[in-house]
Amino acid sequence: MSNDLLRLQEIDKRFAGVHALKRVDFALRAGEIRCLVGENGSGKSTLIKIISGVVRANSGDILVEGERVPSPTAGEMIRRGVQVIYQDLSIFPNLTVAENVAMPRVAVSGRALIDWRSVKTIAHAAMARIDARIDPDAIVGDLPVGLQQMVAICRALTSDIKLLILDEPTASLTKVEIDHLLSVVYEMKQRGIAIIFITHKLDEVLKVADTVTGLRDGEIVGTFERSALDHDKLVEIITGKSVDQSRFELESGARKTLLEVRGLSKRNNFADVSFSLREGEIVGVAGVIGSGRTELAMALFGIAPAETGAIVVEGVERRIDSVQAAVAAGFACVPESRLSQGLALKRSVGDNVVVASIERCVGQFRLLNNQRRRSLVAEWIARLAIKARDPNVAVETLSGGNQQRVVIAKGLATRPKIFILDGPTVGVDIAAKSAIHQIVRSLAAEGAGVILISDEAPELVRNTNRILLMRGGRIRSEIVSSSLTPEQLQTLVEAA
Amino acid sequence: MKSLLNRNEFYLAILIAVLCAAIGSLNPHFFAPQNILAFLKTSSVNGILAVGVLFVLILGGTPDVSFTAIAQVAEYAVVLATLKWGGNVGIAFLMACAIGAALGAINGFLIHYFRVTTIIVTIATFNVYYGLLYVLTGGGVVFVVPTFFKKFGESLLFSSHDAAGGVYGVSLVTLLWFGALALGWFILRRTFLGRSILAMGGNEVAAERMGLRTVAIRLFVFSFVGLLSGVAAIAHTSIVLSAIPNSIVGKELEVIAAVVLGGASLFGGRGTILGAFLGVLLFAVLRNGLVLLNISSYWYDVTIGAAITIGVSFSAIQQLRARRAKVNVIVTEAA
Repeated sequence: MSNDLLRLQEIDKRFAGVHALKRVDFALRAGEIRCLVGENGSGKSTLIKIISGVVRANSGDILVEGERVPSPTAGEMIRRGVQVIYQDLSIFPNLTVAENVAMPRVAVSGRALIDWRSVKTIAHAAMARIDARIDPDAIVGDLPVGLQQMVAICRALTSDIKLLILDEPTASLTKVEIDHLLSVVYEMKQRGIAIIFITHKLDEVLKVADTVTGLRDGEIVGTFERSALDHDKLVEIITGKSVDQSRFELESGARKTLLEVRGLSKRNNFADVSFSLREGEIVGVAGVIGSGRTELAMALFGIAPAETGAIVVEGVERRIDSVQAAVAAGFACVPESRLSQGLALKRSVGDNVVVASIERCVGQFRLLNNQRRRSLVAEWIARLAIKARDPNVAVETLSGGNQQRVVIAKGLATRPKIFILDGPTVGVDIAAKSAIHQIVRSLAAEGAGVILISDEAPELVRNTNRILLMRGGRIRSEIVSSSLTPEQLQTLVEAA
Repeated sequence: MKSLLNRNEFYLAILIAVLCAAIGSLNPHFFAPQNILAFLKTSSVNGILAVGVLFVLILGGTPDVSFTAIAQVAEYAVVLATLKWGGNVGIAFLMACAIGAALGAINGFLIHYFRVTTIIVTIATFNVYYGLLYVLTGGGVVFVVPTFFKKFGESLLFSSHDAAGGVYGVSLVTLLWFGALALGWFILRRTFLGRSILAMGGNEVAAERMGLRTVAIRLFVFSFVGLLSGVAAIAHTSIVLSAIPNSIVGKELEVIAAVVLGGASLFGGRGTILGAFLGVLLFAVLRNGLVLLNISSYWYDVTIGAAITIGVSFSAIQQLRARRAKVNVIVTEAA
C-alpha cells in the first residue's frame, strides 16, 4: 500500500530478557486518528519509542511515505515529520510561551544570536494554526496544564509535521481542556496530519478514534474500525477478558455514623458542604475539576483546612487544621496526584508504605524497630498484591497501577476509619483499575467509610452506594447510585 | 505593573534606596561621588564573581562553591609568574582567564560525567585547588606585586578633582565588573547559548529531547564561571596589591547569598543580571554604611545574615499570600 504514511514491518524488540515487541506490523494513513490501547507493559510505549526513534528495534523496518528509513534516530524521525508530545510535555516552565514554541525552530536554524522578533513570529504562526489564544509573553509554568499542553502542540506544529503522537494527553486535563484538545486533534486531521493517540480512558477512545489498535504482551491484537467497537469490546481487546459489570451493594442493617460534615466552607474553594458517612459506605463525589471536589478532600485531610463549619468523627467534633490532626482523627487520603503528592518516587516501596505509620515501628527508646518495619511492609505488600521485585526497589520503577497500590497501602497502614480516595485509578490500566476497585470494596466491607472522588462515571456508579454531585463549590444533590446508569451520571455532571 | 510587583529585583531596589537614604541622612558624605565610586570599586571582585554564580544557579542543581578557590589559585599563579618572568596587564588577564577556565572546565566535566550534584563536586575541587595552592607555595604571602597591577588599579576614567585636590573617577576595576554584567546580560538575553542555559535549568530532560547539547552547555557554564573567577582575581590583586592565600577564599557564601537575594532560584532556571547586580550592591551599601556610621565591622556579618533572612522570608510570605488568594473554585450561589 503506497498511500501509507507510516509502515512498520516485523518490528522486533527485546530488552534485557523481556520480549517487548514480537514481530509487529503497523500501518497508518495520512489524516488518520489511531488510538493505541493496551495495559501497562503491553508494548505501547516501546512501539511509540521505536516510531519516534528514541529506541532502535532489534529487527524490522520503518517506512515513512513508502520509503525505508535506513537509520531511524530521533533526529531523523523528526526530520521526516514525526513528533511526540510526552505525558510530561517536555516544556520549559521558566520560559515564555513564545520562546517555548519557537525553541526547536531556533535550534535548527543554527543561529548563535536570538532574534526576538522572529521568535514571536514563529510562535504566532504556530498558534494561529490551531487557533490557540495564549498570551505569548506568559511564563509557561504559570499556565494551567491544559494550556501548557497547547504550548507543546504549537511547538510540534512549527516543523513540517506529518505524524503527531500524543502520549496520554488527557491524563491531567479538565473537561473543557479535553474538549479543546480534541477539537485541535480534529483540526490537525483535517490538515492531513496523522495522529497516534494513547489513552487509558475508553470513552475518549470511542470519541476520538478513526481506528484502534490493541496491544497485548507485545503483540498486536488487531486493528479495528471505530464503528465495530463499544466500551465492553474495547475492554475485551485490552484485557482479553470480558468486563466486570458488578455493582457495589451496601448490605442492609443499622450502621454507626462515622463522619458528619456540617456547613463546611472555605473561601474560593467550597461553600456550605454538609454530608454524612456511615460505616461500610462508599460515598462518591462527582463533579468536574473546579467544582470543589478535590478542595473538599484537601480540607478533610487537613492539607488546606476549611475556614468554617464542623467535622464530627464518631460523635466527637474534631478540629482538622493539619494533616497530623486528620490522621489522628482517623482519616487517610490517596491524593489526586500520586506522583507529586502521594509518593517519594526515589525512595523504596517499603519506605513509602511505612512512612505515614512509622510510629507503629518504633520500639524501645523510640528507636526504629527494623523487625516491626519489615513485617509491616511485608504485610501490606502481600495484602495489596504489590508487584515489586523486593521492598527495597524505588517506587518509580513500578507500573502506575502498582504505584497506586503503594499509595493506598501507605494510607491503609495508618488503620484509618475514613478513607478519602481522589481519582485513585487515574493513569492506571484496566486490570489494575478493577483490582483497586476490589480493594476499595473490601475496605468498606471491613467497616471503613470511603469517600471516592472520580472523573469517571462508570467507576462511581459501580463502586459507591451514594453519590454527592458537586458544582460551583457546593453539593447540589445526593443520588442513590443504584438508581443511575453511568451515562445518566455523566449527563448530570456535565450539566454545569 | 503586576509583574513588576512580583519581582525580587524591584523590592531589592527599593530596599537599597531606603538604605541609601537612611545612611545618607546620618552621614551626608555617603552620597559624595568619591565614596560611591570607592565602594563600587571594592565591590567589583564580588560583583564579577556574582555573574558566574548567577550562571551556575540558572543552569540548576546546587551552587558552585569552588569559584573563590579558582580565583585564589589564578591570582597566586599570575602574581608569581609575572614576578618571575615579567609581563603586563594583558598577559596577566590571559593567564588568569586561562587558568580559571581550565579549572572550571574540570568542575563541569566531573559534574556532567559523574552525575554528582554541583555542590558536592565543587566542595571537593575547592579543597583540591586550594589545598594544592598551599602545598605548592607553602602558603607564603607575596607583599610586592608587579607595578602594572598598581597602575591598572589606579587607572581612572572620567576623572575629576575634588576640593582638596584629590583625584577621583570611575576605576577600570569597576568597569571590569560592569563589563562582566554586560557580557552576562548579552549571553543570557541575546544568544541561543544563553537561552539554552535557561532552558536546561528549567527542564534538562526536555532540553536533551530537543537535541540541545547539554554536555557542551554545562562545560561552557563552568568554564565561564572559571574565566570570570580569573578576571575577579586580577581585579582583586589590583585593589589589594598583594597575594595572600586566603584573601578571596571565604567570600563564596556572601556572593551566593547576594545572587539569591537578587532573585536567582536555587532550583534552576531563574535569575537575572539585574538581580545579581543589585544583590552585590546591597551588600556594598551595607558595608560602606557601617563604616560611615562608625559601627564595628563585626556587625557586617550580622547585617548580611539579617538581610538574607529578611529577603528569603519576604519571598516566602509573597508565595504564601499568593497561595491563599488563589481561586481554586468559583463558588456559586446556592440554588
